[in-house]
Amino acid sequence: MISTSGYGPVLIIACMALVTLLARFGGVFIMGLIPLNRRIEGFINGMAGSVLIAVLVPIALHADAGGRLALLATGALMLWLKQPMPAIALGIAVAALYRAL
Amino acid sequence: MRPTVAPTLSFAECRRGFWRLLPLSLFVAAFGAAFGLAAVQTGLQPIAIVFMSATVFAGTAQFAALDLWGAQVPLLPLLVTTLAINARMLLMGATLYPWLALVPSGRRYASLVTLSDVNWAMALNDLQSGRNTLGALVGGGIALWLTWLAGTLAGMLFGGLIADPRAFGVDMVLGCFMLSIALAGRRNARSVASWLAGGAAAWAAWMWLPANTHVVAGGLAGGLVGALWLERDQ
Repeated sequence: MISTSGYGPVLIIACMALVTLLARFGGVFIMGLIPLNRRIEGFINGMAGSVLIAVLVPIALHADAGGRLALLATGALMLWLKQPMPAIALGIAVAALYRAL
Repeated sequence: MRPTVAPTLSFAECRRGFWRLLPLSLFVAAFGAAFGLAAVQTGLQPIAIVFMSATVFAGTAQFAALDLWGAQVPLLPLLVTTLAINARMLLMGATLYPWLALVPSGRRYASLVTLSDVNWAMALNDLQSGRNTLGALVGGGIALWLTWLAGTLAGMLFGGLIADPRAFGVDMVLGCFMLSIALAGRRNARSVASWLAGGAAAWAAWMWLPANTHVVAGGLAGGLVGALWLERDQ
């Protein structure tokens, strides 16, 4: 236990920042120790797309009807135009509009 | 398939990355404001709140720290929680390795200092589609860091006055962004299979495993599909 009086908070936050920085650096550092072969490449390529989906899953599960409509609108426009910015803008507008009505 | 030319990182590319991600940073500001307000209510000193947002720069971990904050803080549980929540960064960094391995080590690690969900996704999408630059990672990271800090300050100063960001759909920016980047990439049976495995694992982890394990679970499941189902040689 560290007291949050005096310099305690600075110490606690500095430790948190260090751990977070190690997480930011760690993936690249660990990969540097592993020889890059086709299996490892396949692994990190598979991981790339599925991390995106994994971030998305709880957002979609948690969302209200407006939020789910937003994801549908973004997905539909993305498949049609293949341009992220208009697709995201439409999704946000749909959520705002649905919730305002 | 494996990149052979080192990605570039010029000032102009960083500036472009900064402006590309600035509009998306709106949701980061809203999330930062929520953190600033919650931190004030938890009783952190203003200077400590600013110091945390500036140096930790990881929203979910910072909210988790507030849960453990009191007259005494259990340091080890706090650091274990921080590492568990930020373990997703390990996976994100690893996916950038094929490109970052070609960059001198000083620049390699410096460009990871602001690594977070949004600039990682944008940079990886650039690199995979042949735009061989780290501009979105570094410039976009600076945009996210600045808006996170500005949001934190706004929440500390005017917390109660900020309108509900949900009314403007701001809570859906991250979800819509992740979906659009996933759909922007190359798709084949193999990538869709890894998405399905990753999505299913993330869902199961979210339902039954401890909080904040879903990204790592989904990433590892998708990675396993990628390792077992190799692309044919061209």
